[in-house]
Amino acid sequence: MEEKLTLFKNRKRFGIEKNIDIIFKNTALVLSSFVAIILLGIILVVFFQSFESFSRYGLKFLVTSEWNPVKDEYGAFTAIYGTLVTSFLSLLITIPLGVGTAIFITEDFVPKVFREIIGSFVELLAAIPSVVLGLWAIFVMEPSFRAFFVFLHNFFGWIPLFSTEPTGRNSFLAILILVVMLLPIVTSISRDSLNQVPKKLRNAAYGIGASRWKTIFSVILPAALSGIMAGVLLALGRAMGETMAVTMIIGNSNAFSWSLLSPGYTISSMLANQFGEADGSQVSSLFYAAFVLMILSLVVNIFAQWLVKKFSLKY
Amino acid sequence: MNSLYYQKRLSRNIGDKFFTSLSVICALIAILPLIFLVTYILIKGGSQITPELFTLEPNPPGDDLDAGGINPALIGTLIITTIASIIAIPVGVGGGIYLAEYSKGGVFSRFIRFGVNVLAGVPSIIAGVFIYALVVSTKILFGSMYSGLAGGMALSILMLPTVIKTTDEGLKLVPNELRYASLGVGASMYTTILKVTLPSAFRSIATGVVLGIARAAGETAPLIFTALFSYYYITGFGDLFYEMGSLAVLIYNFALEPYDAQNKLAWAASFILVLSILSVNIFSRVLAAFTEKTKRV
Repeated sequence: MEEKLTLFKNRKRFGIEKNIDIIFKNTALVLSSFVAIILLGIILVVFFQSFESFSRYGLKFLVTSEWNPVKDEYGAFTAIYGTLVTSFLSLLITIPLGVGTAIFITEDFVPKVFREIIGSFVELLAAIPSVVLGLWAIFVMEPSFRAFFVFLHNFFGWIPLFSTEPTGRNSFLAILILVVMLLPIVTSISRDSLNQVPKKLRNAAYGIGASRWKTIFSVILPAALSGIMAGVLLALGRAMGETMAVTMIIGNSNAFSWSLLSPGYTISSMLANQFGEADGSQVSSLFYAAFVLMILSLVVNIFAQWLVKKFSLKY
Repeated sequence: MNSLYYQKRLSRNIGDKFFTSLSVICALIAILPLIFLVTYILIKGGSQITPELFTLEPNPPGDDLDAGGINPALIGTLIITTIASIIAIPVGVGGGIYLAEYSKGGVFSRFIRFGVNVLAGVPSIIAGVFIYALVVSTKILFGSMYSGLAGGMALSILMLPTVIKTTDEGLKLVPNELRYASLGVGASMYTTILKVTLPSAFRSIATGVVLGIARAAGETAPLIFTALFSYYYITGFGDLFYEMGSLAVLIYNFALEPYDAQNKLAWAASFILVLSILSVNIFSRVLAAFTEKTKRV
């Protein structure tokens, strides 16, 4: 009995080891909270730096497009409009292309080897840096689309979107390069969610006599919709924050125009262009614009995450 | 009797054909420009590669026919990405360990996982703006403003979510039996993590981290007003506190120059950047496929 008790007492760990264990756990805890600290830090720092501009211009900043460092007049409407227009229009082109490609990859139109090669190729493209895409856009895309833009202007010039004479870099090119960047995201996420739809749903649809595309439209796509939507929203967030390729090809002009064939601006390209040389209240105004961009992308991202949680597949 | 055979004229079959060809067209429209893009970058950039490229400084833009090389930018990219890794990997792996091994799915861990996803979605230029406000404009790093160190810090913010996520997910894939066995023979929690779970998740974590580093190496937006750019050789440790060039910023700056020589340098830098990023990606993919196959056997 006595012997057993001492044995029991000795089963305690050594003090040092115990302390190491506790230190290890707390270090990991502190390191994981860094994420929250950085995130809150970004929001707070950008907000406080933009405070001067915010208190001076208020919400007027969002709806005027004067940007004049000499007169100290700032308004980011052109950039905000540019950000929204380029990202939404590029998404409008990307969604059918990306989902169509994803369906092509998940259906058995061609042997599996080809589909896997195409799938991984598309994913590899997501790894190409955006600055390289910008370089490509400047030297290859812009010259080869010039004739197309002239055609658009000549025949559809009465539509406000094509109302200006095309002169080199413009918003339309920015939209096209965004399509190239978003396509891998939308395709790979759509492919993943299409693959997750259980096989028995497809078999059931085939069993009651549905054709292949009837099955895709009425069974598979609705079942995968939440995942596809989340991918689309992620792509939207990416499009709004995308900087380099857009900055290099959009032409960077703060003059507001409805036309896609005239040079434009986005918030991120404004930041990339002006931040290095700005001083005084211009810096604060740029921080204000950055804050707007951050809020936009935060809202889109949080909504995407909520969507995934709320409507994730329940099979 | 006839109705048992496939009938081409049926509207459902015509519709099916139509949509099938539509999806093939989608795939072609999506893939062909992308193939064109990659081959163009590789051919156009590859034709600019010379030995001097790796050893010389770039000449300042002007009418010079000879643009020089990209040595400072190449070394700069290596240094800045290394700084970013030194910051992001310990923090990320530590945070991932907490999420996967210690947290019990409570409010805190759910908030952190949510934060990781949100941080991953923060536009890369915002990371640059943040470091500019925190480090560059305050001159907090021993009075230096634009510096390679600041650039590395900005990149580390972009790497952090990737590292945490891959660590978290890699550790979650380790079977619980391993943990029970280790704890059962009397190992403490930290020994279990360091000696058992981390090593068995090592490959998946390493793959994710390497892909994260490759992605960070191509990021430009966070660097254009933190590390800025430099034309000069990196000679010593002290250069960390001054403006530092990088391949990505070199491409951006020189693509916008009106001179042909600088544009060619941008293409050459793109070639090196794209080739290294793609080969890291392909290598890790092949490695992952290979290990999966051996596991099944």
